[in-house]
Amino acid sequence: MKRTNELIVALAVMAVIIVITWGLFAVGDNMPRGVTPFSKDVYQLHNLILGIVTVAGVLVFTAMFTSIIVHRKSKGYEPAKFTHSTKAEIIWTAIPVLILVAMAIPSTVVLIDMEDTGGAEMNIKVTGYQWLWKYDYLEDDVSFYSAMDRESNRARQIGSGIDPRTVENYLLEVDNRMVVPVNTRIRLLLTADDVIHSWWVPELGWKRDAIPGTVNEAWTYIEEEGVYRGQCAELCGKDHGFMPIVVEAVSREEYDAWVAEQREETARVAHEAARLWTREELMDHGANVYQAQCAACHQADGSGLEPAFPALARDGAPTGELREHMEIVLHGREGTAMTGFGERLQPQDIAAALTYTRNAWSNGDGEVVQPSTIAELDQG
Amino acid sequence: MSQETTAHHDDHDHHPTGIARWLFTTNHKEIGTLYLVFSLIMFLIGGAMALVIRAELFAPGLQLVNPEFFNQMTTMHALVMIFGAVMPAFVGLANWMVPLMIGAPDMALPRMNNWSFWILPFAFTLLLATLFMPSGAPASGWTLYPPLSLQGGNSLAFVILAIHLMGISSIMGAINIIATILNMRAPGMTLLRMPLFIWTWLITAFLLIAVMPVLAGAVTMLLTDRFFGTSFFDAAGGGDPVLYHHIFWFFGHPEVYIMILPAFGIVSEIIPTFSRKRLFGYTSMVYATASIAFLSFIVWAHHMFTVGMPLGAMLFFMYATMLIAVPTGVKIFNWISTMWRGSMTFETPMLFALGFLVLFTIGGFSGLMLAIVPADFQYHDSYFVVAHFHYVLVTGSVFAIMAGVYYWLPKWTGYMYDEKLGKIHFWWSTIWVNVLFFPQHYLGLAGMPRRIPDYAVQFTEFNMISSIGGFMFGFGQLLFVYIIWKCARGGEKATAQVWEGARGLEWTVPSPAPLHTFDTPPVVDDSVAVHKDNLS
Repeated sequence: MKRTNELIVALAVMAVIIVITWGLFAVGDNMPRGVTPFSKDVYQLHNLILGIVTVAGVLVFTAMFTSIIVHRKSKGYEPAKFTHSTKAEIIWTAIPVLILVAMAIPSTVVLIDMEDTGGAEMNIKVTGYQWLWKYDYLEDDVSFYSAMDRESNRARQIGSGIDPRTVENYLLEVDNRMVVPVNTRIRLLLTADDVIHSWWVPELGWKRDAIPGTVNEAWTYIEEEGVYRGQCAELCGKDHGFMPIVVEAVSREEYDAWVAEQREETARVAHEAARLWTREELMDHGANVYQAQCAACHQADGSGLEPAFPALARDGAPTGELREHMEIVLHGREGTAMTGFGERLQPQDIAAALTYTRNAWSNGDGEVVQPSTIAELDQG
Repeated sequence: MSQETTAHHDDHDHHPTGIARWLFTTNHKEIGTLYLVFSLIMFLIGGAMALVIRAELFAPGLQLVNPEFFNQMTTMHALVMIFGAVMPAFVGLANWMVPLMIGAPDMALPRMNNWSFWILPFAFTLLLATLFMPSGAPASGWTLYPPLSLQGGNSLAFVILAIHLMGISSIMGAINIIATILNMRAPGMTLLRMPLFIWTWLITAFLLIAVMPVLAGAVTMLLTDRFFGTSFFDAAGGGDPVLYHHIFWFFGHPEVYIMILPAFGIVSEIIPTFSRKRLFGYTSMVYATASIAFLSFIVWAHHMFTVGMPLGAMLFFMYATMLIAVPTGVKIFNWISTMWRGSMTFETPMLFALGFLVLFTIGGFSGLMLAIVPADFQYHDSYFVVAHFHYVLVTGSVFAIMAGVYYWLPKWTGYMYDEKLGKIHFWWSTIWVNVLFFPQHYLGLAGMPRRIPDYAVQFTEFNMISSIGGFMFGFGQLLFVYIIWKCARGGEKATAQVWEGARGLEWTVPSPAPLHTFDTPPVVDDSVAVHKDNLS
């Protein structure tokens, strides 16, 4: 009599749990399937494991709630006396072990495939900085920095008055995208310049830490053209939430055209570094560089965020000795968040930023710093 | 000698009053109360920080706090909750209950007991004071990963000193618990007659002694890297930032179990009581606890699968981590078998224990998913991880602590708590905690990284839902404070037995438990023992 009772309740309980579980799956997001062989493997693996734990959960919760419903004092249920069963203990040790083995096998296969970074057709070095990325295309000799786009940057400031919903790809757009060809086995070499970052594009199926002093390897093979977005995944300081990653996968022809364009740009930049600039040019360009590189910490009006980020207006480094000011901007300041920009920016960017900060906010004494000065200093 | 002891003992009746009573007390019950009250205050402070986080994350865009302060909040929330709320709560429960459950008159080392508590307010004054320092509180996450943690200001030195003090307090507490359990059990209270709460705490205490010094070493190296020019973790000086990961998580993973094993113990006491049936598979529960503790030492690198480890290392840590599911499963199955064909009633402690059982299981399942390395490359450092560890820490550890508080509160105060309010507290908490944390699984899978103060607009809906859950759950805990306060002031008189189905020595002393209990040790046999197992 009691046994039937338990069985009927168990079936009803199981039905309810299945409906709730189905509902939880229906309302929420799942992991993206992604666009690489690895991401698809991971997606399948994830679904498999999720399926197994869901079935296990339904069974465990069914037993639990059946007991809760049936074995109540208020229903006059007398407590049984059993306290042990070696047989049961062996069964519920052995069965989970078998399930775990069943999970471990496909996981191992996928992991071995992921970790084999050989056979790369091209190599891209990815370097994390506070708070932007640098991409070096080792074979194609292309190199650039990639930071969050201006529109997002403006909207994300406290009290900006801009509704993030009106900004396209809010926080997930960059100034320079990482452009790669589809159907190409690409090896990524990840490292960092200051603190630990982590490079994560969910559609590619993995993330890997970019660690100063270490080069990590990973690979990808994108099968579909498109734009794939991600973010830094390891806490890297104040603007950790604001260093997006955008990968643009294009056809081989488009990629080659893009490379040619990048090289032209590099040549133009080199030419710009060599010529003499006027004060107006330096001030204009400097204002832009300052907004993009410096304002996050030192603030748009140079007031800084004391004590971590000193003010530049009136009594900061820009009002001091030029030599010392240059030194700080080029090589950073040890033990603080101020990193060196000598590697990261072109000489004309640094010259412009120096000129700008030495003249803006009534710091001004009309001093002009030429790109050629920076280039010489950087060499020496 | 024995005369001296007796004379000294009589003095207890004239102990100081007022603040001095609490400052100088060596009584395990008073120290237990101090720990529990301290833990409750820290729970509220840490909770307030969580609400700052959830308020900022209610909508995309930055509205309330700047990113630097946001990072300080996530860091301090974790440090306060782990070292200030959860760990002291368990030590408080151990102080109150270990002597009562093994028939000992007090803890083995009462003066050290006083000291190990009174270090804590100083430790947390140091830690919380950093919020008001010019360089601000630590903002590099509770793990304090270098090089980021070394970029902060001088407040890092305060944080490290605070961590050292917490570690000293924990180690002294652990030594005391081990000494008490191994030396002061009543005659007949053999190891395999000990309540499971005692077993889990004994094992936890060994974990504490093993790993707190490792944490101390890790943060001391941070200190010298930051202030004395060493480069343990600085690649430019020949060090390695990943070394810190390894050392930290060698502490960090056993630490996770330090926060859950005593919870297993509490639940193992409560479920038999309200099922009116002895714990099923007592011996296997003891072995399962020991196995989990052992495994906790060889799985640390699963917190850092993305740092780039050799394939063999990843496979080892994946398999070892998956293995933990086996003893944990044994525990879940044993608890269900304890309930099975029992005669259950559902007072508040039982409700919280059952809430623990269901929701901790969900956290266990997501933990198993996180063990799968290729999938972890997606889950790692996303909100999926945040959801996972809040399921095991909030609906796991915190729910078990609440279950324990309701269970033993009548023994502590001598009054029954308000059962109706207790039940409201349970249902309110359970509903909202799921609204709070379940959507975070979805956010993580959809690609939202953790520890970001602002997010892309596609994450808006689930963040809003989560924040609403957070505020409802958070403010609901004021009810818990009220229930405890009300129960301490009066109410229906509690009997010594309190719960119809309760077994064990703590229920043989009057409620409230007098300041001194078991001056003459009780004699324990199978009829008194809480648990009995065919094997033992």
